[in-house]
Amino acid sequence: MQKVLLGVEAIAQGAIDGGMSGVYAYPGTPSTEITEYIQHNDYAKEKNIHRQWATNEKTAMESALGMSYAGKRAMSCMKHVGLNVAADNFMNAAVTGVNGGFVITVADDPSMHSSQNEQDSRYFAKFAQIPVLEPSNQQEAYDMAYDSFQLSEKFGVPVMIRITTRLAHSRAIVEFKKQQPENELKLPNDPRQFVLMPAIARKQYKSLLSKQVLFEKESEESSFNKYINGDDTSLGIIACGIAYNYLLENYPEGCPFPVVKVAQYPLPRKMITKLCEACDQVLVLEEGYPIIEEVLKGYLNNENIIGRLDGSLPRDGELNPDYVAKALNLPTSDNNETSDLVAARPPALCAGCSHHDVFTVLNKVVAEYGEGRVFSDIGCYTIGALPPYNAINTCVDMGASITMAKGAADAGLVPAISVIGDSTFTHSGITGLLDAVNEKTPITVIISDNESTSMTGGQDSSAKGKIEDICEGIGVEPEHIHVVVPLKKNHEEMYEIFKREMDYDGVSVIIPRRVCIQKNARDVKMRRKEQQK
Amino acid sequence: MINVNHLINLTIMKTDIILAGVGGQGILSIAASIGQAALKNKMHVKQAETHGMSQRGGDVVSHLRISDKPIFSDLIPKGKADLIIAVEPMEGLRYVPYLSENGYLVTNTTPFKNIIDYPPIEGILEQIQKVPNLISFNADQIAADLKSKRSSNMVMLGASSPFLNGISFEVLQEGIREIFGQKGDEIVALNIKAFASGKEQSDKILSQK
Repeated sequence: MQKVLLGVEAIAQGAIDGGMSGVYAYPGTPSTEITEYIQHNDYAKEKNIHRQWATNEKTAMESALGMSYAGKRAMSCMKHVGLNVAADNFMNAAVTGVNGGFVITVADDPSMHSSQNEQDSRYFAKFAQIPVLEPSNQQEAYDMAYDSFQLSEKFGVPVMIRITTRLAHSRAIVEFKKQQPENELKLPNDPRQFVLMPAIARKQYKSLLSKQVLFEKESEESSFNKYINGDDTSLGIIACGIAYNYLLENYPEGCPFPVVKVAQYPLPRKMITKLCEACDQVLVLEEGYPIIEEVLKGYLNNENIIGRLDGSLPRDGELNPDYVAKALNLPTSDNNETSDLVAARPPALCAGCSHHDVFTVLNKVVAEYGEGRVFSDIGCYTIGALPPYNAINTCVDMGASITMAKGAADAGLVPAISVIGDSTFTHSGITGLLDAVNEKTPITVIISDNESTSMTGGQDSSAKGKIEDICEGIGVEPEHIHVVVPLKKNHEEMYEIFKREMDYDGVSVIIPRRVCIQKNARDVKMRRKEQQK
Repeated sequence: MINVNHLINLTIMKTDIILAGVGGQGILSIAASIGQAALKNKMHVKQAETHGMSQRGGDVVSHLRISDKPIFSDLIPKGKADLIIAVEPMEGLRYVPYLSENGYLVTNTTPFKNIIDYPPIEGILEQIQKVPNLISFNADQIAADLKSKRSSNMVMLGASSPFLNGISFEVLQEGIREIFGQKGDEIVALNIKAFASGKEQSDKILSQK
């Protein structure tokens, strides 16, 4: 069987076919479609493979580790910054090791198409000292996901699959393999394996360290890594992940230089050594940070290693065939000038979106206190930073709106206002709100509730129907919790409430609630479809 | 009159296509229809898409490559695209640096103005006129005439159909049928009609050259 799949969908299908019993994830571009694909897959439905969204990446990864503890194969998926949220579990899971295969798929976003930074998850894997698989094309994405659980079980450690935006969101034909059965429920052989008290953790950590040499040997023998001979040894090339395709694009008839294709880490040391010994210069092509380049170049700055650090390639952003051509001194198109007339077209709030109403009213109120006091968060409402509203002053990480507003209020910026979405609130906002409640910090938290995780395509929000109860449950005074309907006819009412609560010397929560218009349109369509059936 | 370069391309059986538009204008449906048709012809396909933040009314682009030989890069190098299909004129102009010397720009002339600093449309169209191989017309008008405003993307696909090497008009129609099949016969019929109208426009413009 074969099908045209996105790179991330190929990972999803490979995981299903590889015998996975559960996927655990929080939506985040460019990783979202992995879980969505599994949610819509007939086999996954039939076998009841776990596929519901988690509240955040940390809860997702911990649940996946729990499934691995019970002997079954689990995958946790996230975008690169999501791994920061799950990092506590990630680092320690490398030490506990696994029982059933445990795979962490991280989709990095170099060039920050939909992200706050372009951190390279291969660093994190190196930090945790676990193997990484980095596909160069859609078929490899499938094959790696399919094989990854076995690799994880073979060495008893978590395995990372790292993919980047371009491959994540590009389609090609993928050939499927035979469906593997799921594992049976089975407890770990060592009942203390997952108890990371110091004495056990030390033992486990030594075990992880002792496996490093085996991981390297596995990389040496992996079919995903290749040493490809070339006659011209004036240059050698190390091409990682998707960069290998950009290299081949420039040499469709074959590359004249020796090449090491890297798709499994730790680096295949023998292949790399052989290349460096054979060639006068080595060009490193990496989609992300110059990790390999830095290691090879070393502190003593070996000038024969070239790539992003010496300017042969741009220091930041994603690669493309043109950058690679330039680094190889191949001719590129000289028609590079886009007409000056072409204007930037940034994303915008949809017509009719409830966030319009929130920002319209908020701007009016904030003008009375002075600007620079609106702390916001990550979601569609982040677009409020752009014209015409220019309404928010921060967007840093999931949940930081509430906590940064608290810190600013502590410093004397009163009132400080937080604007956060419903899904982001349950992802990472609740604990920060508890801090503010415990200190009765004068902040006004606006939870702009569109009952959906909208920026990533309208996934169900963990917060749905629970926000008032959560706020009251952690101690926000009921008389300072307000729900309003963000519509033009209610702007006056909203203004009054915003104003009153900003003057209150304590924690207030205002919940403007109206369903995301995109989600609503989809729901209406779905209902109509079901009625026709 | 048929372009000579176009005949040469026929023997190569490769088309590198940039699809450009604004999030929500339906460029992924164009890409999916071409991709489906290419698969019917047992060709290789790679299609890089824009997902995420830009889909909220930002500029979106898809690199679609079809060939009878294996395809390496998911992205088309600058100056190598055989065809740009633009459902919006400024978005078409944005990607002109990707067009090869003999490549065609097929573009809608109706602007989609969701930014306050949208440049004067006359200027945009003037710049577009400088592209040597150009098919430009008001696809929104044609879709409106068919009482199917939302199918201007299929009008653009029809207008582009003469430049898809190795894929016939009929196979493309089948591709459209399969992509829209789930949405019911009525939607399929509307899209096929829009597709045929686009092809007519293109033929008319080519015959005048």
